[in-house]
Amino acid sequence: MPNMKATKNDMPEQNPEIRNKNFSEVALGYTKELALDEALRCLQCKHKPCVSGCPVNVDIPAFISEIINDDIIKAYEIIKGTNSLPAICGRVCPQESQCEMLCVRGIKHEPVAIGRLERYVADYALSRYEKKPSSIIRKERKVAIVGGGPAGLTCAGDLAGLGYDVTIFEAFHEAGGVLVYGIPEFRLPKQLVKKEISTLIDLGVDIKTNMVIGRILDIKELLNDFDAVFIGTGAGLPKFMNIDGENYNGVYSSNEFLTRINLMKAYQFPLVDTPVKVGKNVAVVGGGNVAMDAARSAKRLGAENVYIIYRRSEKELPAREEEVHHAKQEGIIFNMLLNPTKILGDSEGNVAGIECIRMELGEPDSSGRRSPVPIIGSEYTIDVDTVIMAIGQTPNPLIKNTTKELETQKWGGIIVNEATMATSIEGVYAGGDIVTGAATVILAMGAGKKAAKAIDLYIQSK
Amino acid sequence: MYEIVEKRVLNENVKLMKINAPLIAKKAMPGQFIILRIDDKGERIPLTVADYDREAGLITIIFQEVGLTTIRLGKLEKGDFLLDFVGPLGTPSHLEGYKHACVIGGGLGTAIAYPQAKALHELGCQVDMINGFRNKDLIILEEECKSVADNLYITTDDGSNGTKGFVTDILKEQIQHKTYDLVIAIGPLIMMKFVSKLTKEHNIKTIVSMNPVMVDGTGMCGGCRVTVDGKTKFACVDGPDFDGHLVDFDEAMMRQKMYKKEENHKCNLEKY
Repeated sequence: MPNMKATKNDMPEQNPEIRNKNFSEVALGYTKELALDEALRCLQCKHKPCVSGCPVNVDIPAFISEIINDDIIKAYEIIKGTNSLPAICGRVCPQESQCEMLCVRGIKHEPVAIGRLERYVADYALSRYEKKPSSIIRKERKVAIVGGGPAGLTCAGDLAGLGYDVTIFEAFHEAGGVLVYGIPEFRLPKQLVKKEISTLIDLGVDIKTNMVIGRILDIKELLNDFDAVFIGTGAGLPKFMNIDGENYNGVYSSNEFLTRINLMKAYQFPLVDTPVKVGKNVAVVGGGNVAMDAARSAKRLGAENVYIIYRRSEKELPAREEEVHHAKQEGIIFNMLLNPTKILGDSEGNVAGIECIRMELGEPDSSGRRSPVPIIGSEYTIDVDTVIMAIGQTPNPLIKNTTKELETQKWGGIIVNEATMATSIEGVYAGGDIVTGAATVILAMGAGKKAAKAIDLYIQSK
Repeated sequence: MYEIVEKRVLNENVKLMKINAPLIAKKAMPGQFIILRIDDKGERIPLTVADYDREAGLITIIFQEVGLTTIRLGKLEKGDFLLDFVGPLGTPSHLEGYKHACVIGGGLGTAIAYPQAKALHELGCQVDMINGFRNKDLIILEEECKSVADNLYITTDDGSNGTKGFVTDILKEQIQHKTYDLVIAIGPLIMMKFVSKLTKEHNIKTIVSMNPVMVDGTGMCGGCRVTVDGKTKFACVDGPDFDGHLVDFDEAMMRQKMYKKEENHKCNLEKY
């Protein structure tokens, strides 16, 4: 008999007043009892609507049923069958707009907490993970993956599983992409990312770090040594607003701020060498998940007042509801319907305030959201000493600029055949943010998966 | 891991190292830089490629011990390893098509000016070099520069070697009777600012090399923002070379102070 409780089991969490001073994970994970109780809420629908909501089509009812059978390792193997990075997805996927949105239990009440169960299974299995001798039959054919983020890792994992000799070329000193430089420790512990990536290395994936493709080697050269190439270089170029004062000291891109903290571990300064400067009053401009991550990180680094400045209303915030909720609990101040017009500086060039104008919502724009319109004469200044611009990223143009034959969009994204992720160059595939513009981890993983399938077919047909 | 295969002390706080990095050495061009990290607690810092040896697979870096990482780097010896060494980054200098260039190096900037002078020399351009230092003990790469420059002028602030004064004094003199079609100035921001000011008056094309704070070096962090001709550029991908007549040096000088305090953080320096 399913458990007919109307609501999900709550996720145990660190107390907001304690966690906003540390970088340990906020959500603590289900216990065995909570997981079992939640698993019993699943109706085991024959038509499995949840599965079609998952970009990598995890067989959700099947893995949940193994939780009920108390065979967590089997549940993990079911997830791993289609998802290379379950511990990561269980934490950062927007389940509310994917699998959980289609859950039958969600029609009348709350859906099954699929994400939390996925996390439970992955954490359980990873803590007991041992490398097993591989039964994969190795192929002689080689595939190069450019970029070690979610798209590249997934593509690499799938191809290695098929027996290909796969090499990931990563520009940073560590693979993971946004999982290591962007998403903070308190949402996604880096040890766990490392562990999840190590399961791919055990599958035979070779990761070469410090390799900036487009500089040290170009795509043409890779094609000389590899049968196919997958480009998953993401959307790594920060956007600025182009307003006065943006180059004062104390204005960061969210990329710089978060990379210093996450990849370079500046929150441990001076135990590590990379510093990050956070003032007393911090303005974070933008309303997405990255803005929430930056704001919550600033708070943890000791800022007294952290403001989110967003030009639309709270209803339009692109961040996940859960992230907004967590940020509010931690004391982040939300200033909605407000847009910066100018950053003020002192005589030494440090940020001394941010001038903003009030906005109101007008007619819906092309995105369907009501567009914000400035209210003339409503400017006022907020007293801040740090400003973090979290208004989006665009693709890094390095590969585009060094690969003349590669067709790209005006905004820099690589153009692909959507069914196969094939680019305009034979044998070269692309996926993730470099194709779609900044999106989610799981969509990038879905693209990496699709490309892996197409690359397998392509190499077999050669 | 990247091995330090040679180490030389050029003056009391400037050191030269040759690093084994064959793939980078194969591709490096004058004007480009690398990013290194000493160990897993280390910062990523950019250093200009001072020279490369494609056959031996070596990249030469020259650095002044000014902050935490360069001080730590200076303590390493031949046979030690660097954990990370990334490159070649940045856009190579465009040096073709010039007839008579004046290459100016200020202090450590000489180490970056030298490969530019060498490249120009190899392209058949006539090259004058002006290298400025605070005093005679700080002079570096004199022999190397002599070997690629038609004329080498040395200045010191205190007159302990060469001409007493600044590089701009010599440049002003030389401009009177020579027709340079290119000036390259590499050194402290204040020096590049005044060289650019002077050459602008004489309408001589001037390239400067910017070396701002950076994290990734691939266009990702935007920390290296420089205003050029009123537009924001990223030194790591759009540069590090820029038209000296268009760079906002005052802003660059202000931005350089951002992490001064942390660079010399007491517990940080005492750790090692």
